[in-house]
Amino acid sequence: MTVISPSAASVESEETGPASLPFLRRMLKHRMVCAGGGLVLFLAALALAAPVLTGLGYLQDPMQQLAEGLDADGLPLPPGDRFLLGTDQLGRDVLARLVHGTRISLLVGIVAMLIAVCVGVTVGMLAGFHGGWVNTLLMRGTDVMLAIPGLLLAIAFAGLMDGRVIRIHFESLDWHVLDITLKRGLVSVFLVIGLVSWTWIARTIRSQVLILKTREFVTSSRAIGCSDIRIMVRHLLPNILPLTIVLGSLATANTVLLDAGLSYLGVGVPPPAPSWGTMIAEGQPYFIVSPHLTMAPGLFIVTAVVGFNLLGQGLQEVLDPYVKEGQGR
Amino acid sequence: MLSRILRRLGWAAVILWGTTVITFLIVHAVPADPVRVYAGANADAETIERIRAEMGFDDPLIVQYGRYIGNLLRGDLGTSLVTGERVLDALLARFPVTLSLALTAVCLWMLMSVPLGVLTAKYRGRAIDRTVLIVSLVAISLPVFWLARMLQYYLAYQTGLFPVGGWAGWTHIILPAATLALVITGYYARLVHTNMVEVLNADYVRVARAKGIPEYVVLFKHGLRNAVIPVITVLGLDMAALMGGVVFTENVFALPGLGVLALQSVFNLDVPMIMGVVLFSAAMVVCANIVVDFLYMWIDPRVEGM
Repeated sequence: MTVISPSAASVESEETGPASLPFLRRMLKHRMVCAGGGLVLFLAALALAAPVLTGLGYLQDPMQQLAEGLDADGLPLPPGDRFLLGTDQLGRDVLARLVHGTRISLLVGIVAMLIAVCVGVTVGMLAGFHGGWVNTLLMRGTDVMLAIPGLLLAIAFAGLMDGRVIRIHFESLDWHVLDITLKRGLVSVFLVIGLVSWTWIARTIRSQVLILKTREFVTSSRAIGCSDIRIMVRHLLPNILPLTIVLGSLATANTVLLDAGLSYLGVGVPPPAPSWGTMIAEGQPYFIVSPHLTMAPGLFIVTAVVGFNLLGQGLQEVLDPYVKEGQGR
Repeated sequence: MLSRILRRLGWAAVILWGTTVITFLIVHAVPADPVRVYAGANADAETIERIRAEMGFDDPLIVQYGRYIGNLLRGDLGTSLVTGERVLDALLARFPVTLSLALTAVCLWMLMSVPLGVLTAKYRGRAIDRTVLIVSLVAISLPVFWLARMLQYYLAYQTGLFPVGGWAGWTHIILPAATLALVITGYYARLVHTNMVEVLNADYVRVARAKGIPEYVVLFKHGLRNAVIPVITVLGLDMAALMGGVVFTENVFALPGLGVLALQSVFNLDVPMIMGVVLFSAAMVVCANIVVDFLYMWIDPRVEGM
């Protein structure tokens, strides 16, 4: 879980990074940024506080199957005083599961987004900067990935992981530490979602790099003998950072949705982990008697996705990250 | 014109070839063992090895890929490991359901989003504009499967206006297609809106107005035709995402289409079927893009010269 805090923090610090005060003020004045950022921060706080809340007794244990959590007929309890959002089909507290589910969903969403951003920025930058066959190869590859429905690819990928061990060393050596077990779990979900979500980022970054590389600062840094890598990392990267932040925020909305979808279809993070999508899938047979089992996780998903979408669109307006053709900057 | 068509076909071939490479790699790099599935739970190690050799899973990957492509070029996508059905037959049997669902969804959302976009561009900043903005943001954030469940219960099960699920004629398509359309309409309305606002500031629109042409003609003939061009580009790019939504709605509404087939074959580790579904959907997306491309030329004659 430690992953959430630094990445959430880094997003924050990047937002305020260029740290001039008017900039920060402009950000805080923007209603979309505030609303979206507020929602995201609220969920992040919930995710971080979940174990503490459970430890202090404010929340039930999300895994605990409580006898008093089912009524006389063995059906889930509706929302009420004892259980704020009711209980699920096994007598577990829905609120506790949702709050703990926030940890999984945000973790998956953010890590998958980081993977997608890393791949997307690398591909987009290389293709845009080098042009020629590098560009052709990378962009045709991106086209292929765009044509294959990402969800189908993700299902195929995630569904086929059944826990065979892959050895990356010779069998005669007994180094089991190095074995990679491809098992359906958090890591496989990170990879699957990350690897189907980078295409948009790559295309957008590439089009921006194409414009940026005609600017004078690129020509002059080349004139003083900067290597390609130095130009890309030290000169182009800072220029596409605002765009990357915007794309990252919007991508997180999609990765969170995709995570919920994969869990719903039964190829995401495996139960009994409290994942929002899994909770909907498990609760829907009880929809007629206990609609809260389906409603509540859905509302959490919508809250998170609206939050990241608002934040992304708001940041897009504040940062104005797109450079235009021929506009000095 | 001809060179453009040829170029598009070449592009389609490259994309489909790339798709075969990616699906083949995923299916073979991922650790599930299809032979075990085929042989059944009680098969002994010797039988499993024999089947593995028979099916050619022992050969080097490149040989297996060559065999796969060779069969593919002859129109043979293999047979299902589980049902023994030919993959192509299974795909073609489910294709009409998926196609009608996707087409109805696209028609519904274009029919809803274009007037909405024009309206909000005309009344920019008014209440209706803001409402559409907020609703579209929430709608695009809805999980399709969740919305589908809700609509299925409240509109189909409780009121009986629509069939709850299954496939028996066109009425069964309406609610699933509407689900898909509801999620995306707002987004497209915004796209139309943005382009429309730009177009309405153009000189030729001012000229048209100055000539005293009725406002609705200006909006829908002069404005819309130009505003819709970028929207169509996005439509082509969104086809793959639409297929994703189709998987969810088909599964919720129990429509026997490609989405249900995909999920089933993944759970069955039915490798040839998985590869078939992915390749077929990619082919659908490519075809849709080619159709969009021609639509584009028809709406914007300037493109033809490119």
